[in-house]
Amino acid sequence: MPSHDVMPNMELYQPVQVEDALAIADRLAERGWLVGGGQDTYGWLKDRAKSVDALIDLSAIEALRGVRETADGIEIGALTTLTEVANNDLVKQRYSVLADAAEVVASPQIRNIGTLGGNVSQDVRCWYYRRGLSCYRAGGNLCYADTPQGMNREHALFDASRCVAAGASDTAPALVALDATMVIRSVDGERTVSAEDFFVGPALDIESTTVLRPGEILTSVRIPSTWANATFYFEKVADRNVWDFSLVNVAAAFRVNGGTIEDSRIIAGAVQTTPRRLRNVENAVRGQSKDMATAESVAPMASEGARALAHNGFKIPLLQNLVKRAIAA
Amino acid sequence: MSTHIGKDFTPPDVPGKVTGEIKYAEDYKAEGMVFARLLTSPMPSGRVVNIDASEALRMDGVVGIFTADDLPPVAPPANPALASDYITYVGQPILAVAATTEEIAETALDRIRVDFERRPFVVDPLDSLAPGGPNAYPDGNALVRTQEEGPEGTPIRGAQIRDIKWPQSAIDDLRAGREPVGAEFTNEWAFGDIEAGFAEAAEIIEMPFVTMGYPHHSLESRTCMAYWENGKCYFHGSSQSQSANNAGLARMLNIDLADLVFINEATGGGFGSKIGPYPYMAITGNFARVLNRPVQTRITREQEFYIGSARSGMQGWIKAGVKADGKISAVDLVIVNDGGMTGGGSGNSSAQHVTVAYQPENMRFRHISVYTNTTPRGAQRGPGQNEMAAVLAPFTDKLANAIGMDRAAMRKVNAMNSDGFQGGSRGPVTSAFVREAIQQGERRFGWQEKLALPKQISDSKVRGIGIGIGYHGAGGRGYDGLLRMDTDGILHIHSGVGNLGTYSYAGTCRAAAERLQIPWERCVIERGRTDRHLPHSSGQGGSNTIFTHTRTNWVAAEDMVNKMKEIAAMDLGGTAEDYDIGNERVFRTDDSSVGMSYAETAQRAMELGGRFDGQEYPDDINPLTQLAVQGLAGSGLVGVAKDNIPGSGQPPGVQVGFMEVELDKDTGKVEIVDYTMVADCGTVVHPKNFLNAMRGGMVWGVGMGMLERHVYDPQNGLPANTGIYQSKPPTNMDVPIETNMSAVNIPDPQNPVGARGIGEPTQGAAAAAYASAISDALGGYTFNTAPITTDMIVSHLGGLDYSSKSLKTNTF
Repeated sequence: MPSHDVMPNMELYQPVQVEDALAIADRLAERGWLVGGGQDTYGWLKDRAKSVDALIDLSAIEALRGVRETADGIEIGALTTLTEVANNDLVKQRYSVLADAAEVVASPQIRNIGTLGGNVSQDVRCWYYRRGLSCYRAGGNLCYADTPQGMNREHALFDASRCVAAGASDTAPALVALDATMVIRSVDGERTVSAEDFFVGPALDIESTTVLRPGEILTSVRIPSTWANATFYFEKVADRNVWDFSLVNVAAAFRVNGGTIEDSRIIAGAVQTTPRRLRNVENAVRGQSKDMATAESVAPMASEGARALAHNGFKIPLLQNLVKRAIAA
Repeated sequence: MSTHIGKDFTPPDVPGKVTGEIKYAEDYKAEGMVFARLLTSPMPSGRVVNIDASEALRMDGVVGIFTADDLPPVAPPANPALASDYITYVGQPILAVAATTEEIAETALDRIRVDFERRPFVVDPLDSLAPGGPNAYPDGNALVRTQEEGPEGTPIRGAQIRDIKWPQSAIDDLRAGREPVGAEFTNEWAFGDIEAGFAEAAEIIEMPFVTMGYPHHSLESRTCMAYWENGKCYFHGSSQSQSANNAGLARMLNIDLADLVFINEATGGGFGSKIGPYPYMAITGNFARVLNRPVQTRITREQEFYIGSARSGMQGWIKAGVKADGKISAVDLVIVNDGGMTGGGSGNSSAQHVTVAYQPENMRFRHISVYTNTTPRGAQRGPGQNEMAAVLAPFTDKLANAIGMDRAAMRKVNAMNSDGFQGGSRGPVTSAFVREAIQQGERRFGWQEKLALPKQISDSKVRGIGIGIGYHGAGGRGYDGLLRMDTDGILHIHSGVGNLGTYSYAGTCRAAAERLQIPWERCVIERGRTDRHLPHSSGQGGSNTIFTHTRTNWVAAEDMVNKMKEIAAMDLGGTAEDYDIGNERVFRTDDSSVGMSYAETAQRAMELGGRFDGQEYPDDINPLTQLAVQGLAGSGLVGVAKDNIPGSGQPPGVQVGFMEVELDKDTGKVEIVDYTMVADCGTVVHPKNFLNAMRGGMVWGVGMGMLERHVYDPQNGLPANTGIYQSKPPTNMDVPIETNMSAVNIPDPQNPVGARGIGEPTQGAAAAAYASAISDALGGYTFNTAPITTDMIVSHLGGLDYSSKSLKTNTF
């Protein structure tokens, strides 16, 4: 078994215009691999667990950077770094749940390079899959993690379908909580997809975690004013306080009037491949006081439908506790 | 009054480390150098049936391959540089391929076809000990030593593999927290009468425990580069030690000591894994000889996980009795070590820790070290002692609580003093002031005040305070010191101590400057490569260096001082006894105007020759030191001596840690809000460096207590966490920003500057204090494991079973 860490030979494209990038992506289709900050990409390629003919490096496209105000909220370029997202005044003032999420991704060094687009598009972190084993997600016909002896502490509680890998993004649940819209471009034009629909689980597509197709580029994320300045909550629990993936995270937005929850969006991360919207909890708290009593009464609902694997059962009380804290905060 | 000892200074390699100018082994290139890369095993157990490298060898730029057939055969249980007949873990090196560029070498790896035969494998020792359980080697599963265990970090010699199985009932006993009745062990000792001890006890508590092995993950992987010139091998390697490498490495290359130049200016971490030459060094040196060109074998991060060594795990059971006055009357201890593919666990050192922490009146220890098809295991910072400390601390708390005694007070009752002992042989110590360290820590931490604080901090947060004791033997004897005064009056301190990053190579040199009363600016440390004429020095491991090499430099300085006085007496009259030294002069004590400068003594030494300038030397110095002196002869006044300072006993390094944590019951997260540590390490030689070592050890302790562990899939023997981020060493955000650090600072009588070592215990004290504080926060609940991870705490509080109950190691 070779242990690789040198980048393999491949073509490299470094467009500076979006249109050029789209044309290259269209021409290369499955042969091309989009890279922004590269924090997911380089591991795959240097380990040679995945290979590619051509790398399309988007990092020089200035048009894909920055946060700007729109008529109905803000739009964040996909290449905006996580540090920039976390430090942006507009984001902090109106959509602090996203700033809070971006601020705890990985480590300061990774946040300085890693982009919002990359963070939401990253692949799952199942260690078997990342090792290059031929599992379902890698085109094979078995799952190494979903067995009585599998080492599956970090894996999914919900929506397993052959694959039990959990999503790794911290910003994804926050974007779903904010009802964000993902802007996707190709040579054929632009399409938009709600954040909730942007992420796909293994039942729908086992080889991809998003709706992005070859030739398409996620160019920006639009956050509507709907949830601006709402009462937000974000918490990530990981083994380490920096440079670690979530064991569970929860992002939530509440519209509160006189102590009563009028509406909410409560999203859990790292419990399935996609951000999990806890609609049953949202429904249960609607019209209820935002307090500990409500929190404690509804928290067990957060894990309804969970199927614990051999070693990830702890995620059930952890998820319940984070949802409780989100509501009680 | 001390001129150098106890004073801060800047070791000479620090600026290079800050600027990046200092060179590590991988930074060296040589004309015509080729790049070698390793092909490693994809399976945990088996053998190589056939290697077909024909396609790779036809590639442009590929210059050769190197396999086990190119090295002397190595029979199990030795750890071979390259495996063939006995593949025993995923990631084990099988061959090296060399090419003119690294890219070509890496591509060539994919074009080599290796046919394997698979064998059964095992990743958990108890699974192997069970009736019918798989063995890691075809011949068996247990390491049996046929000669006494060597010093820490040395390869296992004099050992054989036996097939040992326990009755299933014994396995079940151990997993259930009972004594494993009917179990066979390979190492046992006892002192006193434990049954009588238990009969005297007011309370008896027993518990099972499990600790995880985990990789060293030295930041600098063990890349080597070697080339040959005129029959000499110039070898750039990454090692903790300098001179301690030479004999073993020369043997690997089948050359005389005089024909090896080992070069190692700086080392990016070793933590016990690079104390002596490691087997893979043989690949680089011999491949370079075969190819007749320089070869660099670069080790990837993943490979450093595989071959870079790891701490041994433990599955065990302990029963202890405590008398009403807090004295531990009896201990019964059973340890099953996970020895990985190398088989050697640290159980004896774990038992040694218990003897130091408890000074028990009666004790029995039974031990077996079991092979598993996981990475090679070896010494890792306080091997055995530190992980034992982590599980012993909350157990000690239970004993204290059982008799209604303050936890700190009970530790003081059992604390080791200068009349104390360590280990199963109850060997003496040079001095010990553990009780004083506990008392000092209580004051600085505010133990009594914190006991009075409310446990509940908020809705979800609870407070816990804990105490831990870390211990390691901390010093050796009998090595050599070598100094040269040149004719400019510059003192050249030749040191064969490695530059692990602890800076003790520099701290120990201060002893020579102290004895010669020479300004530090007038001293040059000669180190880093054999051809700078370096004496025989200890391996840079086992926390020994400060004790060991302040002694060697002191005795060499003493030799130099005596020679100076002799020279002065010869030239200026009187006898040597009539002279003293000071201000870089040797002068008559009754008339300080009569004397000569150090520079002048050097000039006269060269004229006198013989033993003065190194042409003659003592009979008892090591052959390596003899070579070094021969190289220096005729270039100044030489001071050379073997450390024959009389005395006996083991110098102990002990640290006591006090920790306050805030545990969030919702998330399982633990924040360390205060850590106070006190070292019993004799005189502190270099205060700033002492503080750095204390803090670094604390970080390591948090890793052991909270985060780091091996994870292997028992279905296929694959390791889950080969990368650094997956192994989860603590970050700055996981440890307290401020730590309160101090030392008892009572000199050790058997060291000329009063010093003892302290490096390793710093980790154990922190890991133990952490576990103790967690237990306190959870109302006395003990996990009996290291590490105690987030999921365990959440599971416990959520009423779920948690993984450590099965005593599994290497798996969740």
